[in-house]
Amino acid sequence: MIQRTPFANALTYGVMVFGFLLLIGPFVVIMSGASQTFQQVNAIPFSFLPQDRLLENMSAAWTRASLGTAMLNSFVMASLVTVGKVALSALTAFAIVFFRTPLKGFFFWMVFITLMLPLEVRVVPTYAVAADLFQPVRLLISAVTGFEVSVDWNLLNSYAGLTLPLIATATGTFLYRQFYLTLPDELAEAARMDGSGPIRFFIDMLLPLSRTNMLALTTIMFVYGWNQYLWPLLMVTDPEYKTTMMSLVALLPSDNGTPDWNVTLAGSLIIMLPPLIVVAVLQRWFVRGLVATEK
Amino acid sequence: MADIAIRAVRKSYGKTPTLHGIDLAFASGEFVVILGPSGCGKSTLLRMIAGLEEITAGEIAINGRVVNRLEPRERGCAMVFQNYALYPHMTVAGNIGYALKVAGVPKAERLRRIEETAKIVGLVDYLDRKPAALSGGQRQRVAMARAIIREPNVFLFDEPLSNLDAKLRVTMRAEIRKLHQRLSATSIFVTHDQVEAMTLADKLVVMNKGVVEQVGQPLDIYHRPASIFVASFIGSPAMNLFDAHISVHDACLAFGGTKMPIEKALAARLGERHVTVGIRPEQCVVASEARGIAMKVDFVEELGSGRVIHSELGGQPFAACIDEETHVRPGDRIALELPLAHLHVFDRETGRRIELEFEPRSGRGATKRQMLEAV
Amino acid sequence: MDKRAAFRSWWLPSLFALPQIILILLFFYWPAVAVLRWAFTLEPPFGGAAEFVGLANFQEVFADPLYWNSVGVSLAFALCGTLATIFIGLVLALAVDRQLPGSAPFRFLYILPYAIAGPAAGMAFRFILSPERGLMASVNAAFPDFWNPAKYGSHALILVIVVFAWKWAGYTFIFLLAGLQSVPRSLIEAAAMDGCGPIRRAVDIQIPMLAPTLFFLLVIMMTEGFVGADTYGIVARTTDGGPNHGTDVMVYRIVEEAFRGLNYSGASAQSLVLIGLIMVFTFIQFRFIERQVHYK
Repeated sequence: MIQRTPFANALTYGVMVFGFLLLIGPFVVIMSGASQTFQQVNAIPFSFLPQDRLLENMSAAWTRASLGTAMLNSFVMASLVTVGKVALSALTAFAIVFFRTPLKGFFFWMVFITLMLPLEVRVVPTYAVAADLFQPVRLLISAVTGFEVSVDWNLLNSYAGLTLPLIATATGTFLYRQFYLTLPDELAEAARMDGSGPIRFFIDMLLPLSRTNMLALTTIMFVYGWNQYLWPLLMVTDPEYKTTMMSLVALLPSDNGTPDWNVTLAGSLIIMLPPLIVVAVLQRWFVRGLVATEK
Repeated sequence: MADIAIRAVRKSYGKTPTLHGIDLAFASGEFVVILGPSGCGKSTLLRMIAGLEEITAGEIAINGRVVNRLEPRERGCAMVFQNYALYPHMTVAGNIGYALKVAGVPKAERLRRIEETAKIVGLVDYLDRKPAALSGGQRQRVAMARAIIREPNVFLFDEPLSNLDAKLRVTMRAEIRKLHQRLSATSIFVTHDQVEAMTLADKLVVMNKGVVEQVGQPLDIYHRPASIFVASFIGSPAMNLFDAHISVHDACLAFGGTKMPIEKALAARLGERHVTVGIRPEQCVVASEARGIAMKVDFVEELGSGRVIHSELGGQPFAACIDEETHVRPGDRIALELPLAHLHVFDRETGRRIELEFEPRSGRGATKRQMLEAV
Repeated sequence: MDKRAAFRSWWLPSLFALPQIILILLFFYWPAVAVLRWAFTLEPPFGGAAEFVGLANFQEVFADPLYWNSVGVSLAFALCGTLATIFIGLVLALAVDRQLPGSAPFRFLYILPYAIAGPAAGMAFRFILSPERGLMASVNAAFPDFWNPAKYGSHALILVIVVFAWKWAGYTFIFLLAGLQSVPRSLIEAAAMDGCGPIRRAVDIQIPMLAPTLFFLLVIMMTEGFVGADTYGIVARTTDGGPNHGTDVMVYRIVEEAFRGLNYSGASAQSLVLIGLIMVFTFIQFRFIERQVHYK
């Protein structure tokens, strides 16, 4: 289409640059602040020029908030959430889509309803379950047999406690379900004619075909897992299991101490980096995953 | 090689019946074409033979063994799907050899047979490609190779040519026929295209609304359609059909303002009644005003090898094929003779054929035998 | 929607779904039932016999002015946050969708804030929009006390809304851009033939065609604002709910009440109200999606 619209074009570029300042500006402030000295970062007016102290500030932040352990824990947690989520979603969606069983509708609705209640609104009782995992089992046993069994197992301060409750939602299942539904019926039929049973079909057809789907889910789940804040806060008391989001507090300058925001910003930069890299590098998959899970 | 018997087979989805009791028998090595409009239940029948649909009632036997409860893989059938259903992530070789892989055939043996099969369908140079990098005709060949490699007793084709362009369709049609001559496995081919059906079939099954309308050799069905539906469905341009009245008193067939005399005995046998009369456009003959029925030409379709004129008879559209020598223009008047020997008469209530002659014409004996065989 | 030819088996799918079902039962349904139980009983945290108290917990919650304060804060937060994100996302999507030369990098960059966790973003904004340093210090130097989120509740609320909008604008941008790209090209061309310029086309054609996406985002973002994982994190790390309960959103209050105040029953009653609210949102969304499907 031939367009000669100088005013609209100027406006368009203006809007795009304004959006850039608005959305990317904070990153610039964080990066410049993180590379400045204690005096520079507190200067008025703030200088947007990056300085040369980025690595020093980062290493100061690293020791102050013991980011080594925290980064490792966050990485393990995000990876476990991702792997668990991808694996369970693929399996559950397979059961829901490719089988004709009376239980199908039951599975579907059971998983579907979990979309309605995010962890945040049921966080109190979920915490209680994680703190006393066998409570349901105990109640069941005492209801059936009348015996009081005292088995105790809590998930506090463990990777299981950090990850399992986060895996117990439906988003990934629906991404997979949507994908499976787009596959032509004939694919499963051809495989059946070729003599393949359901497990074979899952391994030979669905897994390789869902590769892009898996990548999309992996990116959004990694970011989701890494960015968890409230749940680790409740589950972890042992510093050995602290995640990066919990170290944010340790990075904050104390009210009466020196306001060394340069170190704080350098620390938050480290914490922000992994998900930022994932989204930047795998943006295509990330966007695809986002759009697919919500629709 | 296997014969197939379909006995009183019914299919319902919930309370909606789609097949109302099908009885058919196919001999070993026969090429059977099931023809019908979309929604007539032909694909359902094929998929029931394959084991992809459950059988509501009745039974299907392959080689004398009832297969109702058998899994698809246990039936020894191979199927070519309408959209080919190639595995998009596997190479051509992977697609062709998948069934053998599932069956646990050793790799060396598998590769040998893939190679062999690829040669049959002319795909040797494409074995490493993915389906996305193939043309429509090549994909079609992969789908066939995937069926051939299993050396099945029965080949099932579910409208395999409908996704190809017109020219390729003709080529692939010939290839399928050649392949059948070479492998001579029982083949069942479902289509809604009557040209495909006529050219491919040893035995043609015409279906409509979940029932079998007629079974027989293609030419028999063309010449002696058993019902109004078959008459109108087979042949192109479609058969002219118009209302008529048999008058015993006048010994004639009255339609569209004309009376065609018939033998008194025949008139007496048929009785006074309303019927539907049909004649194929290609069997109308241009005649003089005295012998023929005069009509006004509405428009003319040029086919190159001849032309089709469109007109009206008794208020109903009427088409006739004339040779390229006869020149007519819209608005001209033309007289057509409708030879009695080529008239098809159908009961207007039941839609079934009414025989005009006692003596069977040539070919009828075969039809009868096959009809018996089928039932 | 159903697959035509599925495998027939009842134990195999059950086996496949089992791990997910067990996790859901344990960490979703059991807690969900517990919320119900706690909301109608009074029990000392961690042990002791629960006592059925009917609606007493709710009466107590509704009688507390601080609860109504949190409802108001949440409403303001979710509504302003939603409108801001959708507005920013829409304007940027319209601009990028014109595909002028050089617009591709912007499309990539706008999504980046969405990768940042709410609490981490909140911490950074504590500096960026701090009254004593960062960007606002100069303004405060010229107009003393112009901006102080540590002192004024309304300023703090604006601060958390800014963090929310910053993080989520990229998200709405993705959806709106996808929506714009699904508007048939011929429609834009027809409008151009009718003499519409780009701005007129955006207002007359593109935005009306985006109505479904806009509505979808409205529901999603409102839900996110009320109960989203980030909402808690943003508030906790930016303002701690203060000053003087100025940013005390409902989720924050529930968690505080349960884990700092150890009032499980009160927290559960509040959770239940919130759950009801989400169910209304979800219902609206599904009614809507259903209708959309019919139109297609």
